[in-house]
Amino acid sequence: MSATEMSKLDLLLQEATEIESDAYQDARRQMAVCNACRYCEGYCAVFPAMAARREFEKADLTHLANLCHNCKGCFHACQYAPPHAFGINIPATFATIRQESYAEFAWPAGMGKLFDRNGTLVAGAATLFVTLALVLTVLIRDPAVLFSAQTGTGAFFRIIPLWLINLLAGGSFGFAVVAMTLGAIRYWRGTGGMGGSFQPAPAVDAAVDVLTLRNLGGGGHGCNDLDDSFAQHRRWLHQAMFFGFMLCFAATTTGAIYHHIFGWRSPHAFLSLPVQFGTWGGVLLCIGTAGLLWVKTVTDPAPVARKLMGGEYALLGLLFLIGSTGLLLLVVRHTGAMGIMLALHFGLVLALFVVLPYSKMVHGIYRSIALLRNAREKRPA
Amino acid sequence: MPDFARLYDVLVVGGGNAALCAAITARRAGASVILCEASPPPLRGGNSRHTRNLRALHPGPTQVLTDSYLEEEYWDDLNRVTGGKTNEDLARMCIRASQHAPDFLASCGVVFQPSLSGTLSLSRTNAFFLGGGKALVNALYREAAKLGIVLLTDTEVQHIQVEEGHATEAIISHCGFPQRIRFKALVAASGGFQANRNWLREYWGDAADNFQIRGTPYAQGTILKDLLAQGVQQVGDPTQFHAVANDARAPMEDGGLAMRLDCVPFSLVVNRDVERFYDEGEDVWPKRYAIWGRLIAQQPGQIALAVTDSKAVLNFLPSVYPPYKADSIREIAQMAGFDADKLEKVVADFNAAVRPGTFKPMVPDDCSTEGLVPPKSHWARRIDTPPYYAYPLRPGITFTFLGVKVNDKARVLMADGKPSANMFASGEIMSGNILGQGYLAGFGMTLGTVFGRLAGEGAARHVRN
Repeated sequence: MSATEMSKLDLLLQEATEIESDAYQDARRQMAVCNACRYCEGYCAVFPAMAARREFEKADLTHLANLCHNCKGCFHACQYAPPHAFGINIPATFATIRQESYAEFAWPAGMGKLFDRNGTLVAGAATLFVTLALVLTVLIRDPAVLFSAQTGTGAFFRIIPLWLINLLAGGSFGFAVVAMTLGAIRYWRGTGGMGGSFQPAPAVDAAVDVLTLRNLGGGGHGCNDLDDSFAQHRRWLHQAMFFGFMLCFAATTTGAIYHHIFGWRSPHAFLSLPVQFGTWGGVLLCIGTAGLLWVKTVTDPAPVARKLMGGEYALLGLLFLIGSTGLLLLVVRHTGAMGIMLALHFGLVLALFVVLPYSKMVHGIYRSIALLRNAREKRPA
Repeated sequence: MPDFARLYDVLVVGGGNAALCAAITARRAGASVILCEASPPPLRGGNSRHTRNLRALHPGPTQVLTDSYLEEEYWDDLNRVTGGKTNEDLARMCIRASQHAPDFLASCGVVFQPSLSGTLSLSRTNAFFLGGGKALVNALYREAAKLGIVLLTDTEVQHIQVEEGHATEAIISHCGFPQRIRFKALVAASGGFQANRNWLREYWGDAADNFQIRGTPYAQGTILKDLLAQGVQQVGDPTQFHAVANDARAPMEDGGLAMRLDCVPFSLVVNRDVERFYDEGEDVWPKRYAIWGRLIAQQPGQIALAVTDSKAVLNFLPSVYPPYKADSIREIAQMAGFDADKLEKVVADFNAAVRPGTFKPMVPDDCSTEGLVPPKSHWARRIDTPPYYAYPLRPGITFTFLGVKVNDKARVLMADGKPSANMFASGEIMSGNILGQGYLAGFGMTLGTVFGRLAGEGAARHVRN
């Protein structure tokens, strides 16, 4: 065998090991045990989906991992959990695979590396953009304007000009939407493709699963949020966070409609739609993220993939800061502190938009697709 | 650190379902209770950790049980699997009480689920624990902790001091340190002796080395032996146990349920000498799975090989380890280390004896052999469609039946037939009172729950008086 052939072989081998990480290989081993045991079938969608398979290709494991909501019911019920020799730990293994799949399907391709040290990335982005916003604000605006109480129409835009907001926020958000859409397409293809035409019924099933977080119900009585006892903390806290986030999004959207279509300029009255959406959204976002941070801190660490904690803490922290600075902005908007608070809030939102496609935020997309695929499997066309 | 100076009302030896049901019942009746589980916390619960359901009498459909399952049918099932080697009064009492077992467990936080796939079609007779036995064990420990029961893990009870049928104190090893526990009443719920290979060797000789212990490695039978040595009456045949056909490649201990193989009715099974030894298709698997462990234990080398082909491979649950797979019987035999010429002949003879029929995997069908000894009565189809598959089988022992004799109040009886003043027993340690041989799926947990509650009640009543 020549040297070139050897290096070709090495390359192929290297490629093969890159395709099949330890987590995938371990998941396949664990699935062999789970599929012969099946005690967990009553818990969530993962196990019936597993029972419908005999072979676990990489795409199957990616799908099952993204279908997993990390409720940990299967770990605490597992007769084979560590220290048993089989060492079955589906929540931690699937969490690792999920993270690897986010990296694999990220667009553009090389950007997946950003998932490696995601806590540093998210925290770094937040620091950078808050600093940038503060510095820019000070540079652009006369400090006399920045620290004096601004009232009346267009007060916010005297601090940060609207064109700059539109350029930075719109640009980064637009890029995030494109990146995440392409990531979603890559994921859908990478886990088995269409497999038939669009069916409305499974799409409705999947939407109900997404909106109710049915799979965080543990088959009716809840999940093992903290230890082997059952609760629905994570389900309700995640709902608060999700709908809080959506309300904040609705606040921005209605604000934009007011501005561009009706020509109504902010700041709006407290009882106006944008402020109401934003206020309640901010409150729910703070409750949800603070609660989820609490759950993460006190939960039994055994079924947790510790390597991923940095990114998760950082993202929850960022969302909490966005919610809380938004609320503080409402409180101080008629005072001299408004300028700084607006810059802070804007910097944090900008950081979120920038890291959006390279953070745990993408789990919502892949999870939804996994639920759709699962619903399609359950209702064959 | 638990208070070892205190005089406890009730000491419960063991930490599985039978022990916890007794402890919770006694505590609810007002007794102070201390429970000693030999294993570390993640492996607590004895064999209950590996269980999945319990068999319960029910006059009509319940939330998790379909149709009805009445005393006569239940008794009939039990009587048949034990071949009449049972105690009818005790068995019928247990069967009647089983009606209330699911409600009691539910009151302790155990959640039941309707049965799903891969459960031997037991949805009419057996109530399934959501998430299986470990979830049940978790719920019982939570309830016990909430009630203020002193729960010790890593705590092995080594000796019970018994004087004239009256137990007074226990010598224990708590986290490796010797201690004593004083108590007024004792519940022995520490399981069989199946994990004690030296003890098994007394009856089985070298064959015991080839037995796989399906469940907890902590079932050493220490207290069983201790009590039998101190005048407690023995019950049951020491060679009898509940055993199934396990994957020969399974761990020797604690492999649990996933190691069992359900391929037998759809295969041809030979022993080490490549001879068939029993009718693989005698009846539906739920009624036969429990005899195959013993059948294999009685074969030379305690090993067998189940051979089937690609037609049948989806008729049973997948195995954890991949089966031997090849395009010829010869290759399969070589992979498994069995004589290839002989296996080819056994398969050829079998194929020649297969009579045409309509294959129905879930019910006894009309696919059988003619002129073959032993016959294959159902699901007999020619093994002729490659790839061929083979699974190596060993006996997987669930629990032994040798035990302490009890009465219908779970009170331990002494060798002279008199009831002990303050000793009670529940679970596998007294299973031989009802199970003379054979096994009925889900009966172990029924036995543990029913006699656990009786033992707890009796112990608490003894303490009050």
